[in-house]
Amino acid sequence: MTRLQQKRLTNIIGTLFRVAVLLGVSYVIIQPMLTRMATSFMNVEELYDQSVKWIARNPTLNNYRTCWVYMEYPKALLNSLTLASVVSLCQLASCTYIGYGLARFQWRGSGILMGLAIFTLIVPPQMIRIPLYLHFRYFDMLGILKGQPLNLVGTYWPFVLTGLTGSGFRNGLFIYIMRQFFKGMPRELEEAAYVDGCGFLSTFFRVMLPSSVPGLIVVFLFSFVWQWNDYFYTTMFMSTKNFLPQALETVASKAAQVIRQTDMVAVTSGLVQDNFNTVINNAGMIMVITPLLIIYLLMQRYFVESIERTGLVG
Amino acid sequence: MAKKRKRRIFKVGYRQRQALGGLLFTFPFIIGFSLFFLRPFIESILFSLNELQLGRDGYTLVWKGLGNFSYALFQHATFNERFVENITDTLSTLPMIIGFSLFAASILNQRFRGRSLARMILFLPVILGAGVVLRMETGDWAYIMAQETARANYFAGNALRQILGMIRLPDAVLEYLIEVITGSPEIIRDSGVQILIFLAGLQSIPPSVYEAADVEGATGWEKFWLITFPGLSPLILTNLVYTVIDSFTTPQNQLIMLIEQVSFTGAGFGVAMAMSMMYFGFIAALLALVSVVVGRFVFYNV
Repeated sequence: MTRLQQKRLTNIIGTLFRVAVLLGVSYVIIQPMLTRMATSFMNVEELYDQSVKWIARNPTLNNYRTCWVYMEYPKALLNSLTLASVVSLCQLASCTYIGYGLARFQWRGSGILMGLAIFTLIVPPQMIRIPLYLHFRYFDMLGILKGQPLNLVGTYWPFVLTGLTGSGFRNGLFIYIMRQFFKGMPRELEEAAYVDGCGFLSTFFRVMLPSSVPGLIVVFLFSFVWQWNDYFYTTMFMSTKNFLPQALETVASKAAQVIRQTDMVAVTSGLVQDNFNTVINNAGMIMVITPLLIIYLLMQRYFVESIERTGLVG
Repeated sequence: MAKKRKRRIFKVGYRQRQALGGLLFTFPFIIGFSLFFLRPFIESILFSLNELQLGRDGYTLVWKGLGNFSYALFQHATFNERFVENITDTLSTLPMIIGFSLFAASILNQRFRGRSLARMILFLPVILGAGVVLRMETGDWAYIMAQETARANYFAGNALRQILGMIRLPDAVLEYLIEVITGSPEIIRDSGVQILIFLAGLQSIPPSVYEAADVEGATGWEKFWLITFPGLSPLILTNLVYTVIDSFTTPQNQLIMLIEQVSFTGAGFGVAMAMSMMYFGFIAALLALVSVVVGRFVFYNV
């Protein structure tokens, strides 16, 4: 075998191996999604039916209808969209701003502050949950606000305040990402701006910010997705409001209860069993993640490209 | 007035100006850190030493010293067991996640047709892996049953064990391998962000190094161990830390579930705080140890 043939052979083997691995991994990732989607169109009886595996014999939209009503879907969707947008925009703004400060100024504080930001990441959020809750329940800004402490629980303020000060969920990571990103940008850009008479702020806003879009996309997507899926902070600060994850959690039992009270035929024919939960939950889950999938599909090109340019490297 | 001020800033030295700029940009974090992190953090240490009683306008603390800690350690029925389970779980999945994400990232870094599609699919868990989906799965019995039967079918129970047994591996290694294979869906799902971090690292290794290696006649294997691996080594530490902090928020973290349950329905806030202090303390010590050990092997290019 000549050297060239040998090389070609290893190339072919490499390609086959790559294809096999990628197909396997993709299957593992996509298969649960497809199962869910398939189940969400089924009747309860068809779940028992061993001959029905993927495609429902009588596809039905009933599960989706039930979810639409009992999750109060339009309202919950609007709530989730508003909160996730508010939170991710606040966090994006603050983490970019802070990350720039940690990347571009040589002073003793920057190393210490970066260390502290990493430290906030290592502490489980559950650990400071109760003090944080009490802090917002009886909000007095370390005694600066005089008089009756304010009750900020149930408002957007806890999200806005933690978001704007870079202390929300995993914001240490966002600060780190933006810092690495700014560190990788050429220093000449800044120097040119300073020479042209820009101050710190105008250099940041007019020169550095416009060229940091790839980093911004990564942080925005992470922040948005994590807030969308979040259960922890919403139950802590806004337990009375209906967001999609909470709505999904209760939809099956709510619907089952109503059916039990109103529809005797359904109860006696065994409609409201465990499998009822399964079909409803699957439909509901598809409804919760569809908006995320749409956003991901719209942004994925920029997302995947921008990762290459973020220089997340430590 | 404005002019005067500007001139004054230019008069202070370079170092002061740097510090000034740094402060200007980081003051939100300083405020946020002290108000929304440091204060609750210190309070949670205080709470772990007290019993917390909620009143109508505020709360009162009753000093208990180390009582909460000893209650959690010696009197609580399941805390010790869960704690050990949780730590061994984390430790055994860590190498799998790091290994898989390194492997996946180096595949995704190659040039081939359909690469962007492959990347899109492999990053899907970043979007879907968190929160809602996982939470529903842990409560969905039909789903769990389906997964279990699927697992039993795929690996036909003992068939896998027999095949692996033929190589005469030590039992512990065998058990670990089986765990790796049967746990692979979770591993794959938990490695989204890690793949991303490694991929970004791979992009930052200059292609000229590989070209030089090609000229010298290096094989792919040599290139991986002598160029890629050392180049990525700082990121292994980053990924270790990320994997650990990621495990805090999955609903599959039994210890966190236990702590939540204790704080709202069980022995009270104080005990729950003591439990999470111990958990955090252990994790922090572990991470410190790992970063010292790994840090000795890390290769910094710059």
